[in-house]
Amino acid sequence: MVTFLDIVIAGLLLGGLYALIAMGLSLQYGVARVLNVSHGEFIMLGGMLTWTLYTVLGINPLIAVVICGPVAFIIGFAMHRTLFKSLLGKSPTVNAFEGSSMLAAFGLLFIIQNVALIIWGSELRSYSYLQSPVDIAGAIFGARRLVTLAFAVVIGVAFYIFLARTRMGKAIRAAAQDPTTAGLMGVNIDKVLAICFGLGAALAGIAGVLISMCYPVHGVMGLEYTIIAIIVVVLGGMGSIPGAFIGGFILGIIGSIVSYFEPGLALVAYYVIFIFLLLVRPKGIMGK
Amino acid sequence: MSTTGLNLKKLWVPGIYVIILVFLATLPMFGSAYSIIFLISILMYVILAVSWTVFSGPTGYISLAPAAFFGVGIYTSATLGNDLPFTALIIIGGLISTALALLVGALTLRLRGIYFAIFTFGLVELIKHTLLWYEVKFTGTRGRFVVVIDNETIYYALLIVLAVLLITAFIIRRSKYGLALQSIGEYEEAASHMGINVTLVKVLVFGFSAFFMGAAGAIMATRWTYVDPYIAFYLLFSFMPVLMGILGGMGQFYGPIIGAVMVTYLEELLLTKFPYYYMLIFGVILVVAILYLPQGLAGLIEKMRRRYLGGERART
Repeated sequence: MVTFLDIVIAGLLLGGLYALIAMGLSLQYGVARVLNVSHGEFIMLGGMLTWTLYTVLGINPLIAVVICGPVAFIIGFAMHRTLFKSLLGKSPTVNAFEGSSMLAAFGLLFIIQNVALIIWGSELRSYSYLQSPVDIAGAIFGARRLVTLAFAVVIGVAFYIFLARTRMGKAIRAAAQDPTTAGLMGVNIDKVLAICFGLGAALAGIAGVLISMCYPVHGVMGLEYTIIAIIVVVLGGMGSIPGAFIGGFILGIIGSIVSYFEPGLALVAYYVIFIFLLLVRPKGIMGK
Repeated sequence: MSTTGLNLKKLWVPGIYVIILVFLATLPMFGSAYSIIFLISILMYVILAVSWTVFSGPTGYISLAPAAFFGVGIYTSATLGNDLPFTALIIIGGLISTALALLVGALTLRLRGIYFAIFTFGLVELIKHTLLWYEVKFTGTRGRFVVVIDNETIYYALLIVLAVLLITAFIIRRSKYGLALQSIGEYEEAASHMGINVTLVKVLVFGFSAFFMGAAGAIMATRWTYVDPYIAFYLLFSFMPVLMGILGGMGQFYGPIIGAVMVTYLEELLLTKFPYYYMLIFGVILVVAILYLPQGLAGLIEKMRRRYLGGERART
C-alpha cells in the first residue's frame, strides 16, 4: 500500500509542475493562437535566473518567483507586440498564422536557448534549498516538492478566478472565442493578446523557478518541457485552462506509474498517449 | 518575338540544371578531398530540403518528420549494412521510410494543419525514445557501428538520388497531382468538392517525399561510422529543411536549393568555431525570413528579375 501511495503522491507532485507549464501554453494557444514552442525556454530562463539570484546574490528562490514572473511577462509581452502582432497582420487566414507563428516560435527557441548558453554555459546548474524530508502517510518527500505543488495549485486556482471573475479575464475569454467581434465590442484586442502571451510566459518563468528548486537546470532543458506542455495541452483540450490543469495531474500520475514499472518508458508512454489522443480525440478531454 | 527565341527561353532553366549536374558529376576528378566532403553535406541538405518542399510547399502542411524518415534510413543502413550491397540499402531505406510515411499520412493527414505539425514532431521523439529503450533493454548497448564507404561513392550516390528527385519532383509539379496539391494548399474543401481525392493525393506525395529522405539517410549513415538514436533522430534534421525551404522560398523550384546551399555554407563556416552563435543566427534567419521574406529568396529574385527585365510579363 505504501508503494501505491508513493506513486500517487509522486505523480501529484510531478503533475503540479506539468499543470503549471501547460496552463501557460494553453493560454497562449487558446487566445493568441500561437503554439509557442519556445515556451520551455521561458522555463529555462526562470530556472537559470533563479540559480544566479540564489548562488550569486543569495536571494531566496521563493522571492525569485516575484522577480522571474514579471521579467518573463515583459519579454513575452514585447515578443507579441513586435513579432507575433506583425505576423498576425500579414497572415491571410488563422491557419496560415498558426503555421507561421509556430515556425517563428521555433526561431525564438533557438535564439533564447543560445543566448542562455552564451551567458550561462552548458553546465548543469543546481543548488540545495528546502531539502528537509516530509513524511506523508509513510511516504517521504523533500519539502521543496510540496512547496512546488502548493504553488502550482495556488497559481492555478488564482488564474482560474482571474479568468472567470475579472473584467480583464472576461476580455480574454471573449478574445479567445471571437477576436473580431470582441474587438467590435470595445476590447483592445492587440493589448489583450499581448497580455495573454505575457501571462503565459510569466507562468512558464514561475514554473522554471519551481523546477530549479527540485532538479538541476541547464541551457537545453526547455524543449523537453515544451513537449510535455504540448502533450498536456492536447490531453486537456487546446485552449482549455481547466483542461490543462487536470491534464497536468493526469499525465503526472501516468508518468509516475510507468516510471515505477519501467523507467525508460515514461517518455515513450507520453508520446503514445499523445499520438493516440490526436487520432481518437484531438479535442482533448475538456475540449468542446 | 520569334519562335526560336521562345524555345531558347524554355530551354534556359533546364539547361542550367544540366550544366550544374555535369559539373558536379565530374568534380571528383579535379576537386580536392575537402570540397567533396563539403559537397556531400550540401547535397544531403538539398535532398532533404527539396523533398520536404515537394509536399509541404504547395500544401502548407508543415511536416516536422524529416528527422524521422532520415533516421529510419540511417538505421536501415546501420542494421543491414553488413549483409546487403550499398544500392539495396539505399532503396530499402527509402522504401521503409515511405511505408512509415504512408502509415503516418493515412492516420494524420485528415487532421488540421497545426495538429499535423505537432504530430510529426512527436513522431520523431517517439521513435527516438522507443529505440533507445529497446537498445538499452534488449541489446544492452546504445548505438552501433556502420560499415564505412569511401567519400567518392557516397558523393555519387547522393548525386544520383538528387538527380532522380529533381526529375520526379519536376514531373509531379507539372502533372495533375501537382495542381491538385496546389489547390489543396489554397482551399482544401474546394479542392475536395472539385473531385480531388485530397487524402489520397496528400498521402501519396508525403510518401514520395519520405522515400528520398530515407534514401539520403541510408547513404549518410555510412559516413558517420557510429550511430545511436540521438544522432540518427536528431531534431535539427527536421528543422533544417523547414528553414531552407522558407529562406529559399517554396514558390520556385530552385528556392529550397538556394536555401540549402546557403544554410549549409553558413553551417560550415560557423558550426565548429562558434556553435552557439551559429544556432543563434539560425534562429534569427528563421524569424526574419518568416517576417520579411514570405516568398523567400527565390521570391526576391523573381521580383528583381521582373523589375529589371520589365515588360516580359506584358508580352502576350
